[in-house]
Amino acid sequence: MLEVSLRHRFEGFALDVNFRAPPGVTVLFGRSGSGKTSIVNAVAGLLMPDAGRIAAGDWLLLDTERGLRLAPHRRRLGYIFQEGRLFAHLTVRQNLAYGGWFAPKGAPREDFGRVVEMLGIGPLLERRPGALSGGEKQRVAIGRALLSAPRLILADEPLAALDEDRKAEILPYFERLRDTVNIPILYVSHSASEVARLATTVIAIEAGRVVAQGPAQQVLGDPAVLPVGAREAGAVLKARIARHDDDGLTELDAMGVSLFLPRLPQPPGSEVRVRIAAHDVILSRARPEGLSALNILPGVVVEVRQGEGPGALVSLDTAAGRVLARVTRRSALALGLAPGVGAHAVVKSVSVAPSDIGGGRPGGG
Amino acid sequence: MDWLGPEEWRAIALSLQVSFWATLLSLPLGILVAYALARWSFPGKQLLNGLVHLPLILPPVVTGYLLLLTFGRRGVVGQVLDQWFGVMLAFRWTGAALAAAIMAFPLMVRAIRLSIEAVDPKLEQAGATLGASPLWVFLTITLPMALPGIIAGAILAFAKAMGEFGATITFVSNIPGQTRTIPSAIYAFLQAPGGEGPAMKLVLISVGVAMAALLMSEYVGRRVAARVGGR
Repeated sequence: MLEVSLRHRFEGFALDVNFRAPPGVTVLFGRSGSGKTSIVNAVAGLLMPDAGRIAAGDWLLLDTERGLRLAPHRRRLGYIFQEGRLFAHLTVRQNLAYGGWFAPKGAPREDFGRVVEMLGIGPLLERRPGALSGGEKQRVAIGRALLSAPRLILADEPLAALDEDRKAEILPYFERLRDTVNIPILYVSHSASEVARLATTVIAIEAGRVVAQGPAQQVLGDPAVLPVGAREAGAVLKARIARHDDDGLTELDAMGVSLFLPRLPQPPGSEVRVRIAAHDVILSRARPEGLSALNILPGVVVEVRQGEGPGALVSLDTAAGRVLARVTRRSALALGLAPGVGAHAVVKSVSVAPSDIGGGRPGGG
Repeated sequence: MDWLGPEEWRAIALSLQVSFWATLLSLPLGILVAYALARWSFPGKQLLNGLVHLPLILPPVVTGYLLLLTFGRRGVVGQVLDQWFGVMLAFRWTGAALAAAIMAFPLMVRAIRLSIEAVDPKLEQAGATLGASPLWVFLTITLPMALPGIIAGAILAFAKAMGEFGATITFVSNIPGQTRTIPSAIYAFLQAPGGEGPAMKLVLISVGVAMAALLMSEYVGRRVAARVGGR
């Protein structure tokens, strides 16, 4: 359990946050400039806040009341930076080993070979960072942080500097990290699809303050987090690829319900996580007929959350899993949407972005 | 080789000896001062910067005279060195090395400072998060990444030391075999009738050394930069 409580005054900006991060991936979610990176830097010790207390379990990193401010190199964190920050004068192997040179002898360590294999960087070991692509650099950066025997991993928008293809290449590694490595991860992001795919817990940050915290789906589907969340709200469905059809579509099997999406790269049988953005879902009380949309999921409304604006966020339990739909309050009233009422969620195949579909190992993710 | 007489050879050997020690012994201090100027902020920083650069601007004869006042037999430091350690600098080759080191110091510090400033502090931060203490960060990140500038600075300082004349002749005079370096020897030859021939040979050697040093610092700098740059 990571406990963070910070106060710091910048020029024209004040940071005042208080949150707890249970094990797993905790995503600090918010727009650029909301103070997410400052929080992570304070946890790493790169920013010394005016006041605060940071503790990971019973291990105290910072307690200004007691005058305790641990230097960055004593905090034993693995920090994955947005720009990688690999050491250009060292080979990939030396970069990976760097943190291990300074870790205490008895510290529990990840196995070098296992990490290299997990990240697929074996062929790169003797190269120097200058000869790597952006995605390769980021994979090495993940490995370097992991191999420093950290008690906590920090990641500051590690995908932001990459193009969509590279993002799609790296995200699965974070999913594996979450699923196979037993180290808590504090992850900064402003991308709802990253949050949906990775987060165990979401801390929504706005203008230097925590506006919501809790399990991912609850926070993302919370209209109270409107400026941060609702516009980007979305649910995640787990599915298995059934087959690739000749007309460019892939048929997925989500707990017995068929979904059709534009052709996916994974082979049939693969497990995937599909994020369906709430604003891409249309609700209908009766089963719609003569509609071009291919995906129709029957379900039961479990919750209707009203925001302050004209919108409402409807949670619908379907056989495939929980689906979120963003509709107007007027529509919600007109359709009589309320908990317990049956409704159909309609999703256009082409509206699911490729970046919203993540791989997962069979049985994992 | 009889192209050069024994006196010329002695001057060349002495110049190499003086320049080698001048460069080697001033390098650690040069790195420290360059690092301080590049990374620290402290009161008197501009004063230190000015002091380091002073020999570049002052007439060399003034630097030499100040050295004589300070390190001469009756100078403040010279007295202490003489009485406590039995070390005499004035009119010795060690004094020539000191003069050369001080005259070359600004060139050395400038080159090293620029290369330290070019090391991204974000990489040093990354090193710290990986558990490296400030000293280890300096040794494993800052220093190797600044290596091209350090080598270039050392080579430039060596070449400058080879050519130092004004401060040297003022501080340690022009004693054959003791303080008569290449420039002093050229000067001495030109003062005597018929000395143009040997002088010209030493002039050619000076030009050769200077040119070689410049090319070498470029070459080594680029080689190391390519390695550090990670290609």
